[in-house]
Amino acid sequence: MIVEIGHFALILAFATALAQTVLPMWGAVSRDPSLMAMARPSALITFGLVLIAYGALTMAYIGSDFSVANVVMNSHSSKPLIYKISGVWSNHEGSMLLWVMILVLFAALVALRSAEMPERLLASVLSVEGAIAAAFLIFIILTSNPFLRLTDLPAEGQGLNPILEDPGLAIHPPLLYLGYVGFSVAFSFAVGALIHGRIDAVWARFVRPWTLLAWIFLTLGIAMGSYWAYYELGWGGWWFWDPVENASLMPWLMGTALLHSTVVMEKRDALKVWTILLSILTFSLSLLGTFLVRSGVITSVHSFASDPARGIFILGILTFFIGGGLVLFAWRGPSLKQGGLFAPVSREGALVVNNLFLATSAVAVLVGTLYPLVLETLNGNKISVGAPYFNLTAVPLFVVLLMLVPFGQSLAWKRGDLLGVGQRLLAAFGLAVLAMIVTLAARQGGPVAAPLGIGLGVWLIAGSITDVFYRSYRRGLSWSSVLNRALGMPRSAWGTALAHAGMGLTVIGISATVWGVETLAVVSPNEALSVGPYRVSLEQAFKRTGQGFREEVARFIVMEGDQAKGSIETSKRIHTGREMPTTEAGIVTYGLGQLYASVNDILPDGKVSIRFYWKPLVTLIWGGALVMAFGGMLSLSDRRARIAVSVKARRTMPAPSEVSA
Amino acid sequence: MAMTRKQKRLTLIAAAGCVLAVATGLILFALSDKIVFFYTPSDLAKQGIGAGTRVRIGGLVEVGSVQRDAAMNVAFRVTDTEKSLSVTYKGLLPDLFREGQGVVAEGVYEGGDRVQADTVLAKHDENYMPKDVADALKKKGVWQGSKSP
Repeated sequence: MIVEIGHFALILAFATALAQTVLPMWGAVSRDPSLMAMARPSALITFGLVLIAYGALTMAYIGSDFSVANVVMNSHSSKPLIYKISGVWSNHEGSMLLWVMILVLFAALVALRSAEMPERLLASVLSVEGAIAAAFLIFIILTSNPFLRLTDLPAEGQGLNPILEDPGLAIHPPLLYLGYVGFSVAFSFAVGALIHGRIDAVWARFVRPWTLLAWIFLTLGIAMGSYWAYYELGWGGWWFWDPVENASLMPWLMGTALLHSTVVMEKRDALKVWTILLSILTFSLSLLGTFLVRSGVITSVHSFASDPARGIFILGILTFFIGGGLVLFAWRGPSLKQGGLFAPVSREGALVVNNLFLATSAVAVLVGTLYPLVLETLNGNKISVGAPYFNLTAVPLFVVLLMLVPFGQSLAWKRGDLLGVGQRLLAAFGLAVLAMIVTLAARQGGPVAAPLGIGLGVWLIAGSITDVFYRSYRRGLSWSSVLNRALGMPRSAWGTALAHAGMGLTVIGISATVWGVETLAVVSPNEALSVGPYRVSLEQAFKRTGQGFREEVARFIVMEGDQAKGSIETSKRIHTGREMPTTEAGIVTYGLGQLYASVNDILPDGKVSIRFYWKPLVTLIWGGALVMAFGGMLSLSDRRARIAVSVKARRTMPAPSEVSA
Repeated sequence: MAMTRKQKRLTLIAAAGCVLAVATGLILFALSDKIVFFYTPSDLAKQGIGAGTRVRIGGLVEVGSVQRDAAMNVAFRVTDTEKSLSVTYKGLLPDLFREGQGVVAEGVYEGGDRVQADTVLAKHDENYMPKDVADALKKKGVWQGSKSP
């Protein structure tokens, strides 16, 4: 019964999403206030209906309702509750439903926070959101229905794919989708502005918080996915330039560009047409990512089932929205009032450079990701484009961009003083060079790129500190009042500093991977191995059973000198249900580095064939991403980002925050 | 010295042009130099690839061909049922690496029928076959289809 209610709600949601598309847009075009007023309630009703559908599917999973095909194929009555809930999005049908639910959630949030928005803009924005939701709802209903019943009832489900059975992976898809789909708001605003024919700094104020929110989630989602691949796949790598990873990186690069260009638009009323284009492109890349992952044109852990009908359907949706957005841009873009031009050496000039590099590196990643598909279609040649391609294209572009970041961050709006900024950054530059020399001397041998990378990371962090310092420091002030001024800085300024410093931490973590140590060996009980600064010895190999699996475990004692530091366990696990083997890596964190063990084989005579890594500073890779996301959250919590306040303040009096800034 | 509107616009266009030109150059060079072609054992025999070329090969792991030693060296044969290649690899094999199952290996072609692999990929779950391998097997007519639940 619950399942039927869910199915019914899903179909109703398609109908209300259509209404949400047609009525407000008609109202916006014919300037009919009563039709435009339909936007808000229809967005909220669509959200409510999709929520019911989603809730019904979740209930079927929690209650292990094995009359539902989707539950049978992806769940098992013995699974812990969290994997029953996350089982919902572990498969194609359920994850598409999650995708749509997040989409209509964003539309509902826009509707709820729209008190200050012009009616026509709101009507167009929600109409576009409705159109995207309707397209994906009909896709689910026709090709990927999660509510299909079985006539032949099995007694037990087949279980979740064991490599997906993991707390990290349980939250990875929702985070990533919040990022992907969050950019739909910027897209809808862009299309709304093109239809509306007006775009100004206030528009940027409406868009920026949504873009920032999507960016924060996408940053976290990518970091989570990378960490999951690192510990679950057992190869010790954290990024593989896999098409699916690229699919999430491209919208991140373009979205980062968008985030910076909306700042220029908000502050200086410039870069308007470009910002509209970026909004369209960013969500286009999100859609492309969804297509690449869901259509089965590339096979990976993420492509659940390749069904050509689904691929073509999503390709159709993709073509309609990307093509439609770009055509509308080409048609209406020139009629938008151009923003002002500005001096090349200024904060806004630096942000243009940022946009140029970010957008170009996104294109480089795009070319590398699509080239194998294009070549195979054209002449049947199968190729793989891997790390060497990306290391030569996207990476150098990104490195140059990062070298410029501290300059841009310190330049003033309108007319910057490059010489003055250079002088201010002298200390930061010295620190970066020092870090480079010290690491070069301490680690003789090894690629020279690593010390350069460490220097770059330090340069970014020191650049952020310099920025905070010169915003707070004035000659003659006591240190406590400088500190007070620093603490009183707008949160968005702190957000920028933290996000850039976080990037610096990630760069340091990535650079240090070069100094990782790998040891492959077959060891007998009590035999010791040295791994980087530690020694490990095999304590014992034994069998164990857990909830839903049995495993053979190898436990090692970790020693530093003569001191025992702890133990590390790695296992070969067989999951009941699918009888599928996985390797569970053992990871222990010491300081910022990690000791990583991955068992290859446990031999009948008690010997263990094992791979150990020592990875210095590796946690900084993901730690840096967390700092970046935290910077984003700080910036989001800045009172100036709260639209209602700022718009009212513009009308009546200068906002207190603007006085102090 | 304030710049005129025209100068500002030109500076912007020149900067964009430089970055794009460099990026295009890098991309074209990388696409011609840094990509790896996929071959089945028969393709590799037919096309006369020079020794030392980086290749990606795929097929089925020949039953009874897997040999391991104590130092974690592995040797196995990859077949497309017509021709086969001898692959050597040092390191951990994927969990689902099995005799008779699909596999993709990337490494250096050493001439003859020898490939020194540095990456070995197997399928991710029991229903999944690397796409390149599935396509190649379909062409040979020996594809049995993946059982779908």
